[in-house]
Amino acid sequence: MTFAHVMTARGQRMLSRMWHRPRLDMPLLTALALLMAVGLTTLYSAGNEDLALVGGQAARFALGIAAMLVVSHIPPATLRTWTPWLYAASTALLVVVALIGEGAGATRWLDLGIVRFQPSELLKLTMPMMVAWYLHPRPLPPSWKDIAAIGILIGAPAALIADQPDLGTAILVATAGAFGLFLAGMRWWRIGALVGVVAAAMPVGWHFLHDYQRQRVLTFLNPQSDPLGAGWHIIQSKIAVGSGGIFGKGFHQGTQSRLQFLPEHTTDFIFAVYSEEFGLIGAWLLLALYAVIIGRSLWIAMEARDTYSRLLAGSIAMSFFVYVMVNGGMITGILPVVGVPLPLVSYGGTSAVSLLTGFGVLMSIHAHRKMHL
Amino acid sequence: MTKRQPLKNQRTEMALFRRRAMVGFALIVVCLLVLCARFFWLQVLQHDKFATRSRENRVHVRVLPPPRGLIYGRHGVLLADNVPAFRLGVVPEQVEDMDAMLKRLGQIVPISKDDLKDFHRQLKQHRAFQEVPLKMQLTEDEIDRFAVNSWRFPGVHVVPYLKRYYPHGAMFAHVIGHVGRISDKDLKEVDAKAYEGTQYYGKSGIEHHYETLLHGQPGYEVDEVNAAQRVVRVLSVHPPTPGKSLYLSLDIHLQKAAVKALHGRAGAVVAIDPRNGEVLAMVSQPSFNPNLFVNGISQHDYSALLENPAKPLVHRALRGGYPPGSTVKPFLGLGGLVMGYRTPEDTVMSTGVFHIPGYSRGYRDDQRWGVGKTDLVKAIAKSVNTYFYKLAYDMGIDNLDKWMSQFGFGKPTGIDLDGEGSGVLPSRAWKRAHRTQPWYIGETVIAGIGQGYWVVTPLQLAHAVATLADRGVPHRPHLLTATQQGVDAPVQELPPVKPGNPIVHNIDNWKVVRKGMLNVVYGTLGSTARGIGDGFPYLIAGKTGTAERYSRNTTAYDTGASHSELAQRHRALFICYTPAKNPQIAVAVIVDHGAWGGSTAGPIARAVLDAWAKEHPAPASSPETAREVAR
Repeated sequence: MTFAHVMTARGQRMLSRMWHRPRLDMPLLTALALLMAVGLTTLYSAGNEDLALVGGQAARFALGIAAMLVVSHIPPATLRTWTPWLYAASTALLVVVALIGEGAGATRWLDLGIVRFQPSELLKLTMPMMVAWYLHPRPLPPSWKDIAAIGILIGAPAALIADQPDLGTAILVATAGAFGLFLAGMRWWRIGALVGVVAAAMPVGWHFLHDYQRQRVLTFLNPQSDPLGAGWHIIQSKIAVGSGGIFGKGFHQGTQSRLQFLPEHTTDFIFAVYSEEFGLIGAWLLLALYAVIIGRSLWIAMEARDTYSRLLAGSIAMSFFVYVMVNGGMITGILPVVGVPLPLVSYGGTSAVSLLTGFGVLMSIHAHRKMHL
Repeated sequence: MTKRQPLKNQRTEMALFRRRAMVGFALIVVCLLVLCARFFWLQVLQHDKFATRSRENRVHVRVLPPPRGLIYGRHGVLLADNVPAFRLGVVPEQVEDMDAMLKRLGQIVPISKDDLKDFHRQLKQHRAFQEVPLKMQLTEDEIDRFAVNSWRFPGVHVVPYLKRYYPHGAMFAHVIGHVGRISDKDLKEVDAKAYEGTQYYGKSGIEHHYETLLHGQPGYEVDEVNAAQRVVRVLSVHPPTPGKSLYLSLDIHLQKAAVKALHGRAGAVVAIDPRNGEVLAMVSQPSFNPNLFVNGISQHDYSALLENPAKPLVHRALRGGYPPGSTVKPFLGLGGLVMGYRTPEDTVMSTGVFHIPGYSRGYRDDQRWGVGKTDLVKAIAKSVNTYFYKLAYDMGIDNLDKWMSQFGFGKPTGIDLDGEGSGVLPSRAWKRAHRTQPWYIGETVIAGIGQGYWVVTPLQLAHAVATLADRGVPHRPHLLTATQQGVDAPVQELPPVKPGNPIVHNIDNWKVVRKGMLNVVYGTLGSTARGIGDGFPYLIAGKTGTAERYSRNTTAYDTGASHSELAQRHRALFICYTPAKNPQIAVAVIVDHGAWGGSTAGPIARAVLDAWAKEHPAPASSPETAREVAR
């Protein structure tokens, strides 16, 4: 037998194992499938019945699910040993992007010939992995020394991302890491002290913001100041949501998106389209679905037997919440406009694949919950 | 790793994690509830506000301007039409480099500076996808030339539109008036909302007076628009109510005859049906081409009209002020009879000069030696000044003023046109107000022959003749007789104008004056308009007038002066009505520079009457004869 035959045989075995003994958590999978269905449905409407758009997104979901299946078969212990390398590699890619990346106005993208993707997206996963990896052998709650070390691990890539400039992702990556510290039991007074220091440093940070980032914050504070410019997004989004009422305007009846009053209606503002068409009931149901996913994920985290798995699963669950909150807050005008997609609903490939990969990690942790490491 | 293991207490760490996870989840739930509350706030509590704003966003009401009503003359002759025309329109968003495009386009279709100025002004008021007119009224040649080159001009289109067109051009320019591009000033006169999208506004004449009728009511279309304000879907259409078409009493045959007879001379002709006040002809010469004004007249053409010494833009028939001269005599003579100052048989001795008792200044007759014993018929027929000097003197200015004002002198007639002149009927009150001087007796005397302060408009004079013709019953002159709402709708006749109070009660007095006026035309040698009625199927009652344009400072008589010399200082007037028995048309003619009323203005009036007679052939069995009527 040639090497190829062996590989094929091994591959076939692995595939058959994945198929017959899937290591998937059914409640979580069901909730995710429901969410993706909502996403594709809303995209169909928001994209003006563009089937190519929906098809493309479905393909990305398929890719993400494949990644999830594969990752779910990687034991958390293996994942843990890979962690420093994955973290180092994704951070290195950020440096590469800073040097040769491309993108309109901001350099976020890396073109690999067949796929273009944002390395910052990788950090959303490798960052909590790295924090969990760091804290895993150490006694908890973390000491100041540990906190400082993690601060550097978080700060370096976050600064690179913020410099792209992509403040939204930088904050998300940083919070994903910070959740590790929180879940590791970092003392409340230390959290308080750290938050105090960060708050005090904010006016200083203001000077490092790009003009458009400052504008977004200012516009958030007073959207009417520039109703046709930066405030347009917030105003039109609130009109979309508010005009939806309790029951919504009905599927594909959302005039705000259909007539293009709502910008970015297939990506960052798709939640507004959804709320316009499905109303308060739809919005609450969707938020409830997110709560189920987050709750189930935290449950999986609590069941895990080792520190690495717990912290990683918990961080992934809480980061997921942050995406929902930041996006929901943005489209309803209680948070500033930052380019954060609504997870698994907004159109966009990198986000969907990386999120589903993250859930693959959760599935793996769930499957290995009985094992002691 | 195993080294450190003893330091870690798995059990407490797990408990610590669980606590943190639960605290975290609790915080998450609180945050999600805040978000839920926010949705509730927006979608329930603020729903009405945002629903309204959403509707305002997407629904756009587009005004559909109404088509302007047409204007017809008598017999349904079209006087103002809407004709399809073509303009060059530019859709700004489809043009890459506007200035370069205009430059290139200018080499193919000439674009004037006025057009460019207008275009740039309008460019600012339109949205990028809305067509902005660049050049109106393309000629066929221009359309052809553009068509072959159109591929070079993306965003430039040949656009059809309805253009106001006056098929008879200068002939009706003053009375019909013209439209022009609507201005901000015009909009202040009307409900500006109803004029959104309207391109024309009546600037003068009938077009201005009946602007509201002609304009109609705009309709609107409710469109759904997208964020770029582009129409996505039409939600509903409410068609406009077209402007009313107007039917005027003007008769093109009479109008044409008057213009032709004036033969380029400055002057005015007004013909009125004395039975109802309908204006049959209203001519002012020289005139201008109203079509020049429709799409905005060029600066060059406009200054040419303004600077023309003959003042073609002035509506002489409506606003021109002329001394009526001897044309006042039949009216005054009738007053003498009605007010009891004279009987038909009373005579005065015409000696060539009249003196006010106690004054040395002489007031002259036309004939140096006078015409001898003169009664009213002779006084009218031969236009004997002395008779009327004395009559005016005997009546006094107050009675003269009171009597003549009943014929409409000294005040606007109330015709359905704007800017009518009111003329001057001399009176003590008028002089006090305008000259701040007391009245002099000599002024009464010359008022008796229509000189002095007297000013009449041709329309006033025609109205006065019509009133006289209808046996002293005044009818307000008017042009509009019927309206029509849309092409297929029935024509709605206007109720007849209510006649005023009759001035003459004893018809015999009126007959005496008529006899005088018939003798003007058919009388013996010395009658002032002999021959004017020759060959006409009806009897014409007329009166000439030859008014001084300047007050004379020589005592020279006109004998021997040439026609052209006299024309320099005379205005020629002629008034008449016919048929004498039952008058159906009254005419007033004034020629700015005419030698004599009878010889200059008379034939013009006759030309108008001929045109009228063509439409009203006399029954062959009983033609009117002078003898029959006069005796």
